[in-house]
Amino acid sequence: MYNIVSAIFLAENIKKIEIQAPRIAKKRKAGQFVMIRAGEHGERIPLTIAGSDPEKGTITIIVQGMGKSTRELNLKETGDTIHDIVGPLGTPSHIEKFGTAVSIGGGVGTAIAYPTAVALKEAGNYVITINGARTRDLVILEDEMKAVSDEAYITTDDGSYGFHGFVTQKLQELIDSGKPIDYVLAIGPIPMMKAVAEVTRPYGIPTVVSLNPVMVDGTGMCGGCRVTVDNETRFACVDGPEFDAHKVDFKNLSDRNRMYLPEEKQSVEAFSHKCHLGQLH
Amino acid sequence: MDLKPITTKERLAIPRQTMPAQDPAERVHNFNEVNLGYTPEMAQKEAMRCIQCKDPICIKGCPVNIKIDKFIKLIAEGNFLGAAKKIKEDNILPAICGRVCPQEDQCEKVCVLTKKYTPVAIGNLERFAADYEREHGHIELPEVQAATGKKVAVIGSGPAGLSCANDLARFGHSVTVFEALHELGGVLMYGIPEFRLPKDIVKIEIEGLKKIGVEFVANTVVGRSVTIDELMNEEHFDAVFIGVGAGLPWFMGIPGENLLGVYAANEFLTRVNLMQSYTFPENDTPVFNCKGKNIAVFGGGNTAMDAVRTAKRLGAEHAYIVYRRSEAEMPARAEEIHNAKEEGIEFLLLMNPVEFIGNEQQWLTGVKCIRMELGEPDDSGRRKPVPIKGSEFVLPVDMAVVSIGNGSNPLIKQTTPEIEVSRRDTIVVDINTMATSKENVYAGGDIVTGGATVILAMGAGRTAAKAIHEQLTGQSSDPR
Repeated sequence: MYNIVSAIFLAENIKKIEIQAPRIAKKRKAGQFVMIRAGEHGERIPLTIAGSDPEKGTITIIVQGMGKSTRELNLKETGDTIHDIVGPLGTPSHIEKFGTAVSIGGGVGTAIAYPTAVALKEAGNYVITINGARTRDLVILEDEMKAVSDEAYITTDDGSYGFHGFVTQKLQELIDSGKPIDYVLAIGPIPMMKAVAEVTRPYGIPTVVSLNPVMVDGTGMCGGCRVTVDNETRFACVDGPEFDAHKVDFKNLSDRNRMYLPEEKQSVEAFSHKCHLGQLH
Repeated sequence: MDLKPITTKERLAIPRQTMPAQDPAERVHNFNEVNLGYTPEMAQKEAMRCIQCKDPICIKGCPVNIKIDKFIKLIAEGNFLGAAKKIKEDNILPAICGRVCPQEDQCEKVCVLTKKYTPVAIGNLERFAADYEREHGHIELPEVQAATGKKVAVIGSGPAGLSCANDLARFGHSVTVFEALHELGGVLMYGIPEFRLPKDIVKIEIEGLKKIGVEFVANTVVGRSVTIDELMNEEHFDAVFIGVGAGLPWFMGIPGENLLGVYAANEFLTRVNLMQSYTFPENDTPVFNCKGKNIAVFGGGNTAMDAVRTAKRLGAEHAYIVYRRSEAEMPARAEEIHNAKEEGIEFLLLMNPVEFIGNEQQWLTGVKCIRMELGEPDDSGRRKPVPIKGSEFVLPVDMAVVSIGNGSNPLIKQTTPEIEVSRRDTIVVDINTMATSKENVYAGGDIVTGGATVILAMGAGRTAAKAIHEQLTGQSSDPR
């Protein structure tokens, strides 16, 4: 059992959870993830580590309630426990002084882009962050992103805050302004990552995305998280989760992520019903 | 009890006792264990068949050299608890090995009765003794020697790690076992299905290790959560045993392998066994809904049999084994092949997949296969399957499981580069000691041999434990 030191909502349905996990806190590097099993009957789900405090022995994850398992995690409060957590897993982000690095986070993907933005800044890059959300209320980590950025932009799809439009439009604007961009990291929904890859492709700007396929063990054993990169099968859990955006087969990834949609729907419905009846605690 | 009253001739006249099993028609609808075990009467009768050879070669056929003649004699005498104790001198996991060892290729293969009669059912008797002991609540703990003050880390809680940890603890060392998953037992938990090896039995055998002082740390991936160097330098382990098993599943590299509905056996079995998705939605992890569907498993090993029989239990209409050689070359145990056939598994032999075919939604709809014929023997000594030109056809299936073996997990190699690995990324060891190229680091099981059996991994774990003990204490190791 792993203790939850604090659990607070950052936005509707998006919760920041700090968990006692000293070994992971000590080892974790930007870009790595943990596998979490909230309860005894739970799934193992991968969540990227948003931050850590090696002194306190804690790691932070930021969870958006989507399926049953993430919704269940989002019900956890300070003082609750998590059944299992293992990590840090995956290959850490490749960090070096690229020059000007743009870190793009879409929705809850910002939580994953954040630690890499911190690492890019520490490596001496000129860091530009583009933090995109559907609407103002869903913007997360605004202050944190600003603090590590030389330039920080917010975009909202509905124009309720910051730049009115998509992160890709903001990125195109930056490129068009003649700014030399040496590296782009994009983390968010698959269509967003794919769109960013298409924006940077004509300019040959090295672009990295963090992929989120379905996983079971997270250590390379099951082969469930296989993704197609450069026409080759790779395991996101050990070879990734970060890959060259220009070589990722995004269609195969989004297809494979649909594999358990009917089951997911069934679980969510049963879960919502239970929540409604107040039978969870 | 004196055994003299019965003559050898009389012994040889007793027929080999058949293990009672669940009726195939019934068992394909549940995950309960297939084999039901001997009654005490059957066990005694079977044990009487053993002629107690002066030079029991069956012991040499056993990778951990269980004192087979002695424990069988105890069963014949009706001393079942004594028999269990005798087995445990050499094998900490008898209830498991009695179920999953390939006895027909080991102890029973060399039984002197094999030539003219049928061999003594050594595996069934081992299982009986272990089950009897467990069911009667008399599980005896082995003797443990005085504490040596030495600390050993065991990586992986599968068969190799468990047997190594057991021997090391009995030598008096302080042992910590690190496991990557949330449950202990490795392949015994995630790989072998409940109907062949009930998980409660694995848990109870592991409890025995805890009782003799072995510490277990789950949710820890050595190579990521902590490295071998950190274990030795910062956490002061004097030696390390690597028993992490085979890591990455192989795929066939044919088109369409990443379609929806195509699994590696490891994933399919892990979902069902470890995550218990056969109870979905009671447990949250889903698995492909096999009900009324056609499924194919590619491969001919025990894992392939486990996967196909699992799919059948999940309600598959047609469950096929597709194997490129003939039945004679199948690596699976004869018993598993027999059980699979009884359960209505359809064997498509001398057939190889060349392409997975999907619909617009990218769901698998069929597999294009080609028929094969056997040609000249290859490196493995088996006749090499050769495709028959123009024999392609499409087998309609909704789900497929690739079960052609595993490569090695790269984590240890990446984080401990001084450990020498082979071209296939298996760890290179001195087979007499299981020592790796890094001082005080040993390895055994599938990470050394590539995919093999539970008992071979256990044998390697024991060899390593002996060598580690000698290395750490300078003493020879025979606690028994």
